[in-house]
Amino acid sequence: MDKPNLDYIKELSGDDTEFEQQFINILKTEFPEEVKTYKKAITEVNFYDAAQIVHKIKHKFNILSMTNAYALAVVFEEELNAENVHRDSEFLEVLKIVETYLKSI
Amino acid sequence: MNCIIVDDETAARAIVNQLCSKTEDLNVVDEFDNAIDAIKFLNQQDVDVIFLDIHMPGFSGVDFVQTLKNSPKIVLTTSDTKFAIEAYEYESIVDYLVKPIKMERFEKSILKVKNALAKKDVEEKFNDSGADLEEDLYINIDRRLIKLKFKEILCIEAKGDYIDIITEGKKYHVHTTLKKIKEKLPEKIFLQIHRSHIINFTKIIDIEDNSVLIEKNVIPISRSSRPELMRRLNLLK
Repeated sequence: MDKPNLDYIKELSGDDTEFEQQFINILKTEFPEEVKTYKKAITEVNFYDAAQIVHKIKHKFNILSMTNAYALAVVFEEELNAENVHRDSEFLEVLKIVETYLKSI
Repeated sequence: MNCIIVDDETAARAIVNQLCSKTEDLNVVDEFDNAIDAIKFLNQQDVDVIFLDIHMPGFSGVDFVQTLKNSPKIVLTTSDTKFAIEAYEYESIVDYLVKPIKMERFEKSILKVKNALAKKDVEEKFNDSGADLEEDLYINIDRRLIKLKFKEILCIEAKGDYIDIITEGKKYHVHTTLKKIKEKLPEKIFLQIHRSHIINFTKIIDIEDNSVLIEKNVIPISRSSRPELMRRLNLLK
């Protein structure tokens, strides 16, 4: 699976380091909450909520330049809408990678 | 241009905000994490453009677009390109941006918005003119009040203490001055192009050197009136 990076954020920020830091803070705050929401939805077999949160999370993959993870999330979102959770463990692995990365920056 | 951002994700709003801050003449008035609050805001205040996430829980971007009356121009921000075709069914939607949005693409979108707003201005001017054309004027001839629609008037010529109002197929000889009738005519349509002549410039067939052709009438243009006439014609382009 591809590794997350801040290339897009840096490109968008230019010399605006304040924006860069603010944006990283948003990711650090939002992402763990979204992971919790995802896990809760899966535990409760709530496919609708699971698909909604995967939709949100996939944007974060995009922002972190994770092309393969994004592609996985697109497919998984559709599968969740069809009440299919077989990519759950694969998706959880990606979430773990992002969580670890966000803690490191 | 004033804009608002509507997106349920903080990160997405922050990105659009940053893109706006890098764009000249683009001012973010407010941002909303749901469509309902944005509608309430738009009931109180006008903006030129809305950056709208199409995929929001509950009240979606499409619901939002359908709800708005006299909508500002809308740029959709989405990751679902499949919504693009549906989006163009709405006149207010001028573009859609696929996330993650790059600066170069954003700039192109702003250009589209500016073009759309310019087009809207021109259309409004035409519509205003259309409304004026439907209005009318009463002239007094031999104690009879005769109704003339502005759109029927081709040109007016001063004849001493009288004026000739020339319409399609008729000429009315009225006891008044060019100055007095000019005050009654909508400026958007009528223009004095000579000390003795007022024309309805929507009726111009062609302009040659120092004269205007309206139906079969050749009307002189004074040197001082020519720049204003040309300026008006440019507005109609």
